[in-house]
Amino acid sequence: MPSLKELSKNADLFTGGHRACSGCAGPIVIKQVLSVAGPQTIASLSTGCMEVVSTIYPYTAWNIPYIHVAFETAASALSGVEAAYQVLRRKGKVKGKWNLIAFSGDGGTYDIGFQGLSGAVERGHDFLYVCYNNEAYMNTGIQRSSATPRGAHTTTSPAGTVIPGKKQFHKNLVEVIAAHGAPYVAQAIPSNWADFTRKVRKALDTEGPTVIDILAPCPLGWRYPSNKTIEVARLAVECKFWPLYEVENGKYKLNYRPRKEVPVEEWLRLQGRFAHLFTPENEHIIKEIQEGVDRRWESLLEKCG
Amino acid sequence: MPIRALTGNEAMAEAMRQINPDVVAAYPITPATEIVQLFASFVADGCVDTEFVTVESEHSAIAACIGASGAGARVMTSTSSQGLALMHELLYVAAGLRAPIVICEVNRTLSSPINIHCDHSDTMGSREAGWIQIFAEDAQEAYDLTLQAIKISEEVLLPIMISTDAFIISHCMQRVDMLEDSEVQKFIGPYKAAYSLFDKTITIGPLDLQDYYFEHKRQEIEAMWKTAPVIEKVAQEFASKFGRSYGLFEAYKTEDAEQVIVACGSTCGTTRVVIDNLREKGIKIGLLKLYAMRPFPHQKLKEVLSKAKLITVLDRSVSMSTMGGPVYIELRSALYDAPKHPLLVDYIYGLGGRDIDMDQITDIALKGEQIIKDNKVEKPVQYVGLRE
Amino acid sequence: MALSSWKELPIGTIITEPGNAREFKTGDWRSQRPIWDSEKCIHCLFCFIYCPDSSIKVNEEGKMTGIDLDYCKGCGICAEECPKEAIHMEIEKR
Ligand SMILES: Cc1ncc(C[n+]2csc(CCOP(=O)(O)OP(=O)(O)O)c2C)c(N)n1
Ligand code: SF4
Ligand code: SF4
Repeated sequence: MPSLKELSKNADLFTGGHRACSGCAGPIVIKQVLSVAGPQTIASLSTGCMEVVSTIYPYTAWNIPYIHVAFETAASALSGVEAAYQVLRRKGKVKGKWNLIAFSGDGGTYDIGFQGLSGAVERGHDFLYVCYNNEAYMNTGIQRSSATPRGAHTTTSPAGTVIPGKKQFHKNLVEVIAAHGAPYVAQAIPSNWADFTRKVRKALDTEGPTVIDILAPCPLGWRYPSNKTIEVARLAVECKFWPLYEVENGKYKLNYRPRKEVPVEEWLRLQGRFAHLFTPENEHIIKEIQEGVDRRWESLLEKCG
Repeated sequence: MPIRALTGNEAMAEAMRQINPDVVAAYPITPATEIVQLFASFVADGCVDTEFVTVESEHSAIAACIGASGAGARVMTSTSSQGLALMHELLYVAAGLRAPIVICEVNRTLSSPINIHCDHSDTMGSREAGWIQIFAEDAQEAYDLTLQAIKISEEVLLPIMISTDAFIISHCMQRVDMLEDSEVQKFIGPYKAAYSLFDKTITIGPLDLQDYYFEHKRQEIEAMWKTAPVIEKVAQEFASKFGRSYGLFEAYKTEDAEQVIVACGSTCGTTRVVIDNLREKGIKIGLLKLYAMRPFPHQKLKEVLSKAKLITVLDRSVSMSTMGGPVYIELRSALYDAPKHPLLVDYIYGLGGRDIDMDQITDIALKGEQIIKDNKVEKPVQYVGLRE
Repeated sequence: MALSSWKELPIGTIITEPGNAREFKTGDWRSQRPIWDSEKCIHCLFCFIYCPDSSIKVNEEGKMTGIDLDYCKGCGICAEECPKEAIHMEIEKR
């Protein structure tokens, strides 16, 4: 595993001067990925916060080649880049080994870009797809996605007097992609950079499509103070809402087991998007969320054997 | 030069094989499916070096094409109708990014009601996307124009679609004079991308707000302005090498014509026979076959058409402006500041694949003669072969 | 700065100067300023790996050398995550 000193060598591949909100986890994710991937990397972005904040013409925060086509195209456009890479390499027009990496929000991944991602994974393109998952459409002002957790307030699943936030549990992307037979799929968290950068390395060393879903707390949409980004991330893992695991050629492996029991309530309490749940009428939802978390955790443990 | 009996689809697929693009990303749709299938077999049999991406939708097809183009590859695809409509969002992206992608397109109507047959509503529906659009009359033209498309598009850095008429051309066997593979390669030349992700550390597709968007659009408009002469230049080069002439349009017996029929695509063949018959009867009538819908060759059309007394437009699609079909509307606009104004009349025909025959076109022409006599257009927009 | 005319801009909206977002200083967004105490710092670089704004300066030897206030937006993550409390936040005075 590379040390932080080594990782700091690639510090300038994504520069300061981008316009992400103060304390946003998105740039942390991008920087951690690029610190491992290095300069021989091409990034494909989907429309969303990270694309918008990093490339406001005439400025770009990217010190590597970058392409953005549209919202739902991080994977499909990268399929084309990869096809070009294969043929131009055969023809001797492109030299050396390149990493091809897609970065997309959960909207661009779980929802509108889902078909494109599924198709690309099935076709077996050699790339890494990183979903920086801030659990809503943040760029358009915090609308729910299929990654938004049960109970969360968003602007399209508002905490109303009749319906208290999002009704559904979030989709499990890692399971879905693993079901495609992708050689490597993992769930990660920016607070555990050592685990995440190891996963990125592993994904880049794997031939074929690899996907990492990394939770990326958003102070604006999750409503917590900007300095708590890493803490909120860490607690999501500790309370088992967001387990760290990987699926390598169908084999599940749990990468981290929390040392003590942390009720999900503690994680929810840190975030204003769940504030409405802490009332006598809505407490049952917290219980439901806890049950959902437990159920998924048990099922994961079974798969990990 | 090999002479083959080919359908329009086969002719386009053969052109693609000879072009041997770096990347093809495509999705099947009637009536263009065959182009994709044939190309797949060329790939499977090792006849091309192409990386063939069997995408899961047309949206991904064009996204992959844009990605591959950004990565420095020569890129082609094929589609029709609903497929082109599904690409719609990204057609604008391809043009804005100045990606020289070539689409072999087959003109088919758009749902609803669902229908697989020919009209031009799909192609016309994307006429403001920033793509060069050229209509082929037959399989030979489909073949020749696909080859020219590569050169035109790569010179002006705008994407291009060459279209044939569904079934009428796409599925009908015709004689096609093909070039040798080596002649094609010599004609199109090796590809050098204007920019590529693998060449330089560039950012493609940034957010472009109030300060610059307008300037970038203006560049795109300028490229479209530059396209008309390039279409003509490439056509001349093609004619001098291979003897068949093309351009922005073909003017047939228009020199002394009092009435000129304007049409695009397969109907021009039928119309030409009608013109010949009427000429024998002493009627001064001609045909203007429009190759280029985008850019619309308004300046040259004005020169050729303003001498006539009547312009009779055959439109195989309709604009919901209630002002007629797109060719008619644009021609009317082009002639507005002409020194002399001919009368104009529009005939909407063939929607959803309804046939148009020589009798109907003859009838339209003769009605035109009456309009000239009366010097008056009673009904500017009419429908051909429609049950009233 | 006078903006370029359409004739001068590179085509296709591409940006040809990688990483030129550095010219755009986001430091003035800050309402709190991180203060680094070099005495307490053990150069673990946690602040570096968690800073969203590339504002933790690290030298060739892998030593933390200070904070780049041109870009630092004052989120306070570095102060929160520093295991030695070598960074603290103060209200930004301008
Ligand atoms: C086809 C299309 N539909 C909708 C939009 C509007 N839109 C832009 S970004 C976005 C949400 C992005 O959400 P996500 O992928 O989660 O990324 P985030 O902004 O949260 O980082 C939406 C809805 C669009 N650009 N294109
Ligand atoms: S809205 Fe959220 S995800 Fe978007 S830039 Fe701000 S903090 Fe980051
Ligand atoms: S306050 Fe935030 S932006 Fe500033 S140096 Fe610390 S972590 Fe980076």
